[in-house]
Amino acid sequence: MSTLSLTVRDSHTMLRRNLLHARRYPSLTLNLLLSPVILLLLFVYVFGDVMSAGISGGADRSDYIAYLVPGILMMTIGSTVIGAAISVSTDMSEGLIARFRTMAIHRPSVLVGHVVGSVLKVLASLLLVGAVGVAIGFRSTDATALEWLAALGLLTLFSLALTWIAVGMGMASPNAEAASNMAMPLILLPLISSAFIPVGTMPGWFQPIAEYQPFTPAIETLRGLLLGTEIGHSGWLAVAWCLGLTALGYRWSTALFNRDPK
Amino acid sequence: MSTTTLASSAGPAAPVITATGLTKSYDGRTVLDGIDLSIAEGSVFALLGPNGAGKTTVVKILSTLIGADAGDLRVGGHDLAADPQAVRAAIGVTGQFSAVDGLITGEENMLLMADLHHLTRARGRRTAAELLARFDLVDAARKPVSTYSGGMKRRLDLAMTLVGDPRIIFLDEPTTGLDPRSRHSMWQIIRALVAGGVTVFLTTQYLEEADQLADRVAVLHNGRIAAQGTPEELKRLVPGGHVRLRFDDPAAYRSAALALDEVTRDDEGLSLRMPSDGSQRELRSVLDRLDSAGIEADELTVHTPDLDDVFFALTSSTHAPASKETAR
Repeated sequence: MSTLSLTVRDSHTMLRRNLLHARRYPSLTLNLLLSPVILLLLFVYVFGDVMSAGISGGADRSDYIAYLVPGILMMTIGSTVIGAAISVSTDMSEGLIARFRTMAIHRPSVLVGHVVGSVLKVLASLLLVGAVGVAIGFRSTDATALEWLAALGLLTLFSLALTWIAVGMGMASPNAEAASNMAMPLILLPLISSAFIPVGTMPGWFQPIAEYQPFTPAIETLRGLLLGTEIGHSGWLAVAWCLGLTALGYRWSTALFNRDPK
Repeated sequence: MSTTTLASSAGPAAPVITATGLTKSYDGRTVLDGIDLSIAEGSVFALLGPNGAGKTTVVKILSTLIGADAGDLRVGGHDLAADPQAVRAAIGVTGQFSAVDGLITGEENMLLMADLHHLTRARGRRTAAELLARFDLVDAARKPVSTYSGGMKRRLDLAMTLVGDPRIIFLDEPTTGLDPRSRHSMWQIIRALVAGGVTVFLTTQYLEEADQLADRVAVLHNGRIAAQGTPEELKRLVPGGHVRLRFDDPAAYRSAALALDEVTRDDEGLSLRMPSDGSQRELRSVLDRLDSAGIEADELTVHTPDLDDVFFALTSSTHAPASKETAR
């Protein structure tokens, strides 16, 4: 069997295993979905009047929903990839991974299965959260098909980047608790991004932090694509963050995986 | 400490596992200090040692899980350092901690292995079904493995190892933690594998297990092989084996002491002790002598050497083993 077909076949097997876990135990993925959905509903229906007034000067909630949903979608990515960190660290502590290491399989397929599985789960989660957004009034009717495609591409790329980082965190953690603690920044970073309020309304000293962290450029780009707002340099920044984080997470994870197990 | 190597009674089959000068240390602590092993094709080799002796480390290295610091290692005709992937294709490993996926069913675990061995779908299903039946897991096949008992997990673990039909199998403490019934069923499974021509490398803490299963045994102590040979040869190294006769009647005791050679007398306990390997022949000769002298002992116990004795004998010349009586 050629290397390529071995790679594809073993990665496919590992992906099936990962999705089988998700199907048998959907609660992990669904629990991680709760926080973006709750925050979406909270900010729209509880804080909505004040937030709307702050954003658009009026009390029209639909403006704030339009502002908020792209941010919540990016936040969904941050919180659902935590599942990858948890399942990788759980997996690595099991004897089964030792078995995989002593089999004549394409070794990286173990990680590839986790990564592809996680990206698919994130996309499914985005669909669910997006549906909640549409249900409460989010509309993106002005976007062209190309913009929609670009938005989907950005969401996928950002999911891939954060998944590799989460997989690295899972590899570096001795157990599931440690992995979920280590992955906390992936939930916290969106809170200090432009997801809920524009960066320009934050204190001056804080603005650079909010502006140049990975979530803000990704959110601003998604807003631009879906709502036609100004993208500016955010597009390039977002792509650069995605590629940089993917490369970093990939190198980190594979280096840890290729080390001798304890 | 010198290595005691004994002549083997095993045939001249070609070795399929060889290690020369295998060395491994963790954080400056030497775990394996120059180990030499040679295991003939189709034989059962037992690596015997207490917890922490380094048995698992040997298995991990020979099964390509971790690297050695030094040593020339060959498994199944392939050099471990140069071509680990070829070694992996030849071996099956059942580690000490169950290598099963607890979140999915036993059958799904088997099919996962079939996929990773690149079997066709039909062949994978057939292999999985056959092995599940052979390991008495048909009823549990559709249940999540997390609900299995320890013995069932161990059987599934071994069944998964056999999916690729490996010719060399590593079993790290295959019966530790199993109840006696499961232990015996595991022994039978191992014997059946050997009957099929598979080479088995197992580790164990129990001399009895090595005795039951192995053609050759090596005793690992402080990172070195303290002795290797057949189980019989090993037990002969141990001075602890003896027969003890106890009498109620002092007269019988005295005449027995005269009738038998090489006895150690315990006049207060009215018991006699003589060295013996516990074999049928030696026992019969003792009993024959007692019979011909018309003496009947009130109690006869055979003490066979156990792992402790082997260790004391092999690793300490000054410290005689504490004598422990085991009624058999």
